[in-house]
This record gives sequence, structure tokens and C-alpha cells, in this order.
Amino acid sequence: MQIKGKAWKFGDDIDTDAIIPARYLNTSDPYELAKHCMEDADKTFASKVKKGDIIVAGKNFGCGSSREHAPVAIKYAGVSCVIAKDFARIFFRNAFNIGLPIFESEEASKKIDEGDEIEILADKGIIKNLTKSQEYIVKPIPPFMQELVAAGGLINYAKQKFKIK
Amino acid sequence: MGMTIGEKILAAKCGKKFVEPGELIIADVDIVLANDITAPLAIKEFKNSGATRVFDRKKIVLVPDHFTPNKDIKSAEQAKILRDFANEQKLTHYYEQGQAGIEHVLLPEKGIVVSGDLVIGADSHTCTYGALGAFATGVGSTDVAFAMITGKAWFKVPTTIKFIYKGKLKKWVYSKDLILYTIGKIGVDGALYKIMEFAGPVISDLSVDARMTMSNMAIEAGGKAGIIEPDDITIEYMKKRAERKWKIFKSDKDAKYEKVIEFDCEKIEPQVACPHLPENTKSVSEVGKVLIDQAVIGSCTNGRIEDLKIAAKILKGKKVNSRVRCIIFPGTQNVYLQALKEGLVEIFIKAGCVVSPPTCGPCLGGHMGILAKGEVAISTTNRNFVGRMGHPESFVYLSSPAVAAASAIAGKIASPEDIL
Repeated sequence: MQIKGKAWKFGDDIDTDAIIPARYLNTSDPYELAKHCMEDADKTFASKVKKGDIIVAGKNFGCGSSREHAPVAIKYAGVSCVIAKDFARIFFRNAFNIGLPIFESEEASKKIDEGDEIEILADKGIIKNLTKSQEYIVKPIPPFMQELVAAGGLINYAKQKFKIK
Repeated sequence: MGMTIGEKILAAKCGKKFVEPGELIIADVDIVLANDITAPLAIKEFKNSGATRVFDRKKIVLVPDHFTPNKDIKSAEQAKILRDFANEQKLTHYYEQGQAGIEHVLLPEKGIVVSGDLVIGADSHTCTYGALGAFATGVGSTDVAFAMITGKAWFKVPTTIKFIYKGKLKKWVYSKDLILYTIGKIGVDGALYKIMEFAGPVISDLSVDARMTMSNMAIEAGGKAGIIEPDDITIEYMKKRAERKWKIFKSDKDAKYEKVIEFDCEKIEPQVACPHLPENTKSVSEVGKVLIDQAVIGSCTNGRIEDLKIAAKILKGKKVNSRVRCIIFPGTQNVYLQALKEGLVEIFIKAGCVVSPPTCGPCLGGHMGILAKGEVAISTTNRNFVGRMGHPESFVYLSSPAVAAASAIAGKIASPEDIL
């Protein structure tokens, strides 16, 4: 998995209403949702984010509702991954379930500034800050979650492990 | 070594005698829930997988409650996806307008969830059912799709924090104040990935309605579940409603808790959570002068009959301030009917409130009471995030039904003491 892009910085406790406000949840079309990605945290985010860019946030990213539309909006806006100090638990499982890469690193969350060029070596568990020539360690992903990623998300995992009727 | 009630339920559902925090399990679920926002994605994933039949048509519950009665064409299309799927799969628990209401008020009321259940729902407030001694937690749409196919869900066994509430509740202090106070103390990530277990003499004295308000907001502290051990009050509640047998689990005396936190309830005043996080709590007397434009009483947090009775007691014979729009939204048709029979609806209408059909609408800024730029609401709902109830530059304060009703009369955030 090759991830490289420019960082967009957000603060602590970015909630799912900020990531995708409920006023847009009358559809589950991923491209419609992507148009409003992060709108209530940064009104112009969806128009300026480029394919491959990375969201870097503080603690408890994705708190609030269970809406899977939140990681879906981020993924389809072209964002390649989210780095945060930590994630709210439903967002955490949703991201893995739908195949949006997320990484926990307190150091990266603190030291990366907006606009920094970031590269992630997922299999080595390292985040490289190309602008600042720094490296940060990623909190290891539990083995089951790695299995989910390798399978290509939860539904593919179900296809492999269960007899589907 | 002993286990907490949450650990015991998870162990039972994955066929183990013992589980411990950190362990990853795949467990059998008793109920799988989704609504008109989350079910369409789950149904899409279900179909993408090639599945044609749900694992058990009696265990899947679909409740269109967020944008219903359908607010626009897109919402109508979403709700239709649920209806069509329910028909196609012959689901026994699909609740159409007229029989339905807000999912987390509806399921306990209908006896669909009972003590000892493992429940997942594609709605973060699924944790409400912890009040019945069930392990209930919010998940995403893909988790629901997986469970509809397999009857299973994956969990990391969480650690448990026990909260013990001692002393006696002061006048005008309710379970909503206790949970807001708790979130204020530990923060919106104070129970991240953890089970909150609510206990102590004050909790034992609460009704099931009041307990549900507490469990409901466990997610607002990042909690995976908010569990209360079942007791005689729980059993009495289920006796009249349960559609299945229940199983009582209790925490062992030597259960291991990550932390035990005690609160002296004599010190807790009616609480208000100020914008824009539920952890920004203050005693109502410390909030200062905050003029309000809207008061909202209802939701999965406080839309049960007991909540409406509290609001009616304060609004009876009074008038809603001319600057305020006061919206009452009962949790279910049944709550609505009972409020009607007991004369509460008349009290509300005479006071100048709007009584809405049961819906999640205003709580999430969906419909039926949206805030304009700069407007301020006091609300008995569960979140006061930026833009939660409407314009990104509007402001939401969270409180109990008592404080919301008093504020509606005063035109500013007020304690019932101030107006009675």
C-alpha cells in the first residue's frame, strides 16, 4: 500500500456531524457525500482537497454518530488516509470495514503541520514527514484488523470465511 | 477471576466461559438494528455480497425514524429501500409510520430487546438498551450487513469503568443531569472503547425510563456500552413487554474494573451542556443569561412518557415565552397516545408548544425544527456539536426536560426554581 500526500490539519474531537452533516444524509451516494466532506469543520475542504491528500487530526477523531457516511465521504473525497492521536470507536471500525486506511500516532498528530508532504510505509508502521525529514511510529494494527484489510473489508472477509446464502 | 456484566454477556455470546479485555471475539447477535439513514448502505452491502436471505428474519429490526415522515424525495427513496427489503425478506420487525417512533424508545417498549441480549445497531445510541442489562452497541452499516448475512459481529472485549452514584438526588435533578455531570467530569473520550457500568443506590431507585437516558448517552463519553445490572424494576418492566425469554447477568464481586468512580449526588445541581461538546457542562445556575429561540423536548434520550410528564408538570398553566418555539416530540406512537390520555398534550398545546409526530428530525438537524444562523436552542437531546440542529453558526445547549421546559417559559436558560 503506497500512501503519499499533503497534510490537512484538524483539531481534537472532530465529530461525524462536522465530517458529513446530517442535512446531506438523505442519500448514500458516495460521490454526493464526498462533495460535503468536512464541511462544518472547513467549509471549502471538499473543493481544495486533492487526490491522495491526508487528514491529520488530534484526539477522538470521528466521535458522535455511527454514520458510515463519514468515512465514505472522506474516502470518496480522494483522501488517502487519516492520521490521528486516536479515533472514536465506531469510526475506527467503520474505517476498517469499508477500507479507509487510518493510523494512530500521537507524535505524527502533534508534529505534522498543514501542507507537510507525508508518506506512509504501512507495512513498516512508519509515517515519514518529507517536508520536515522526520519519522513517526504508528500504533500497531491488531492482527484481526490486518486480516480485514488483507481481505479487502468486512464483506469480502464474510465471503471468504462464511457460506453466503 | 470474576467478570463484569458486559464481559459475561460477550463470553456467553461467543460460547466461552471467560473473556478478558483486549480479546478479539466473533459473537452471535440477538438483534440487528438499522434506520432510514444507515440501512440503505447496509442493504447495498448485503446485496453486494451475493447474499439473498438474512440469517434470521425475526432478529433484524428496521425502523425508519430519522427523516420520517419523509422530509423530501431523497428521504422517501431511502425509506422505501427499507420497506422493500423488509417485504422481500419477510422481516417480522419492520415498523412503518403509525406503529413506529424513535428506534431506541420503540425497541424496549415493544419488548424486542431484553436483559442478557447482545444487540448491534447502525445507530450510535443503540447503547440505550444497556439500561435493561443488555450489551448493546452502535456499529456501522457494513457491520449490520455482515450480521444480516452471518448473525455475527466482531468485538474487542473492552475494559469496564464502574460509576457509583451515592446519596440522594436533589429537587429538579434527574438521570439526564447525572449523565451530563458524568460526561462533564470524564470528557467526551473519557470512556473511549470502554464499557460504562452505572451502579449505586441512586441508580437502583431510577425507573427504566430514567435509566435509559443514562445508558443512551454512554456514547457521548466515547463508551462502547452503558450497562446497568438488571433488578426487580427491570424485570417488572420486561414482564409486561418481553417477546422473548431474558437472561439475568450480574457483575461478579471480584470483577476487574479499569476504574471505579464515585459521585455524591447531593452535590449535583441541574446540568446544562454548553456548545459545542457534551462535556462542556455547568450547573444551570452558573450558565449566566442565555436567551433562547427554541426549546426541544423529546428524542431517544428524553422522549419517554416520564420525560413528558416532567415537562408537563412545569408547563401546566404557563405560557411559552413569545420569543421561543417549543417543540415536543414524543418517542413513539404509544408515548404520544399515553400523553394524550393523561392530558399532557393538552397542557403542551395550551402552553403554546408544537407537538410533533415521533421522529429523530430536530435532534440531528434533519427536519421539523431547524435552527437559523445565530439561533440558540435548549434541547433534551444528546449532542450539541457544531451545526448539529441546523446552521453551522447556531448554538445548542443540552439539559433535562425540566430545565428545557423552564427555559421555554423564561425565554432564557432557567432552572425550574426560577419560574415556579
